[in-house]
Amino acid sequence: MKLSATTAVAIALAATGAYAQQTEVNILRVQPGDEEEAFYAEVEAAYEAEHPDVDVVFEYIANEAYKSRLPTLLQSDARPDIFYSWGGETLREQAEAGFLQPIGDTVPEDVLSTFPEAALELYTVDDSLYGLPLYATEVIFWVNTDLTEEAGVDHTQIKTWDDFLSAVQTLKDAGVTPIIAGAQDKWPVHFYWSYLALREGGPDIITTAMSGDGDGFENEAFVAAGEDMVELVDLDPFQPGVMGTTYETASGMFADGMGAFHLMGDWDYLPMRGRATDGEGLSDDQLAIMPFPVIADPVAEGGAGATLGGINGWAVTADASPEAVDFLTFLLDRDNQETIAERGIFIPIVEGADQALTNPFFKQVAQDINQSTYHQVFLDQFLGASVGATVNDVSADLVAQATTPEEAASRVQEAWDFR
Amino acid sequence: MSESTMPPPDRRPGPAERLREAVSNGRLTAALILLPPALVLFTLFVILPLGESGWYAFYDWNGYGTPEDFVGLQNFEQMFGHSVFSVAVGNTVKILVISLVVQMPLALLLALLVYRQTPTNAVFRLIFFVPYIMAEVAAGLIWSFVFDGNYGVTASIATTLGIDKFFILADRDLAFYAIMVVIVWKYFGFHMMIYIAALQGVPDDQIEAARIEGASRTQIVRHVQIPYIRPAIAVSAFFAIIGALQVFDIIIPLTNGGPSNQTHTIVTYLYEFGLTRLRIGFGSAVGVVLFIVAVLVAVFYQRLFMRKAAS
Repeated sequence: MKLSATTAVAIALAATGAYAQQTEVNILRVQPGDEEEAFYAEVEAAYEAEHPDVDVVFEYIANEAYKSRLPTLLQSDARPDIFYSWGGETLREQAEAGFLQPIGDTVPEDVLSTFPEAALELYTVDDSLYGLPLYATEVIFWVNTDLTEEAGVDHTQIKTWDDFLSAVQTLKDAGVTPIIAGAQDKWPVHFYWSYLALREGGPDIITTAMSGDGDGFENEAFVAAGEDMVELVDLDPFQPGVMGTTYETASGMFADGMGAFHLMGDWDYLPMRGRATDGEGLSDDQLAIMPFPVIADPVAEGGAGATLGGINGWAVTADASPEAVDFLTFLLDRDNQETIAERGIFIPIVEGADQALTNPFFKQVAQDINQSTYHQVFLDQFLGASVGATVNDVSADLVAQATTPEEAASRVQEAWDFR
Repeated sequence: MSESTMPPPDRRPGPAERLREAVSNGRLTAALILLPPALVLFTLFVILPLGESGWYAFYDWNGYGTPEDFVGLQNFEQMFGHSVFSVAVGNTVKILVISLVVQMPLALLLALLVYRQTPTNAVFRLIFFVPYIMAEVAAGLIWSFVFDGNYGVTASIATTLGIDKFFILADRDLAFYAIMVVIVWKYFGFHMMIYIAALQGVPDDQIEAARIEGASRTQIVRHVQIPYIRPAIAVSAFFAIIGALQVFDIIIPLTNGGPSNQTHTIVTYLYEFGLTRLRIGFGSAVGVVLFIVAVLVAVFYQRLFMRKAAS
């Protein structure tokens, strides 16, 4: 009796001792899908089993709330050790304000070498690495092949913007809504303007404009992109009420078979089915993906092989412990990322992990990104919050025929000047 | 506080005497205990943020770190030169006008119909008041369903009438009218309640007397009831004006300021162009302008109407 009591006390003491030494690693992420959340729970458990002195805590916040809360959180004592990031200008602003930790020397060399150079570049500000990339996405046209076949359009033959415009006309003549878009949220239509600018101006058009060379955002490539967009809008290609449709509604409408094309990221594959009225949406056989068409006679050559999408990842905050960085490398190691790929959750950025992909659409997208001459990150993230929102504004205005291509370009330049 | 609780003015005590008296009768202790909580909260959450935004307004600041890039009046220049800001101000004025010209008369009419204490009136009063109780965001979501041309009520109307589907919230010219309909629907109940309370205070013998004199129903309303409830009307107009300056949470779920920024009010403009775009300095400048307008309205309105109405 006495012995057991002593043992109990000893165990209790040991437990408190261990608890007191535990390092907490807090991770904040935009709310992911259920499968991804389950995956993080598994990784967390695996890591904690190996490192009993570390307590990993994942926290999730909805997308818009995340973006608005992050600046305040970063300035408070409650800031997370690791947080979800889109890289680009926003990361630069955070790094310049001193909220981030350079991790280039903490992350082992053999881990760094598993990431593509270009992806690491996005998490680097003035030669210091502040985070690690997680996955890549690409914006493509989702095609409802039932509808294109019905109208006699062969989507595999759409190579140029003119091909695309005539396909839109053919679909309209056949009584099919050619394109579904969620223009109320604006960002879904900024894909058009961004892609057309890349196609018209070549892969480095955005970085050139940011540096102020070649008339900045008033370069004729941006105006030409606007004109191409106007050509499309003049055909009245969208579903009725496009300006009052959100991304979620548009995604559901496409899955309900209400239109032939939807320009959206590969990430919409599972969510659009969830948003369909019957909860099933289009089957894999009824779906296809198509790269954004090229321009036959662009302003500057070289944009045909560029892709638009995201390279999302993790940033590490200034006073995060070494354990935080260690957990991050654990999370991003090849084995874990292959699991992600096998389950079809997303397309991991770690080199070689995409071999494990089984989903045919994701396989295609992974191949596109690998072959891409330049992977441009979404302009509304890449250019920072304010200029990005202006790009969204002018894109939506072009769809609503409320602005001209010239005015659109100069509004973006103005926002860039006032940044 | 001190003004009203002071001893009668004819005694005119000196400050020392007043202090001594306050200590002896416990008034000072009460003030020292009761004042700080309210004062601290008010300072922390009203005065301090006000002062801070007045300071940020002169900086180009994205919310990270401390503001360092002093830009003088540039934020204000940009705001007044921004076409969307003019649209937002115009929309705020539209809400103001619609509140005064449509909403308040409607509320008064309904109040006159249901102000007497009967069971049926109680039911109608409740029905009219329900929109006001409902959370703004919930109301916005309900109406966005009503206006939805694909699945909503307007879709059924279009199908029944056999006309093309229409999308009011997607139309640059019509979207704001739809929003004004929702605003009138949402807040008329509030004004109606103010009038009902006031109308119940009108002495019955006055109305009786007017009726005996042969006044018609409209004459009684015009010459007896409305003059009696004038202070209540002044208060309700005051709330309508201040409310118009604050409209925000109805717009976000309905249009989020779109299509192409045509349905912003000053507050949604502040939120969209200041907060979501991380231009805290610019947003603060908008906030400062809004604050000044609100204060001017409050002060002048009190001076011009409330005094007159009260006297």
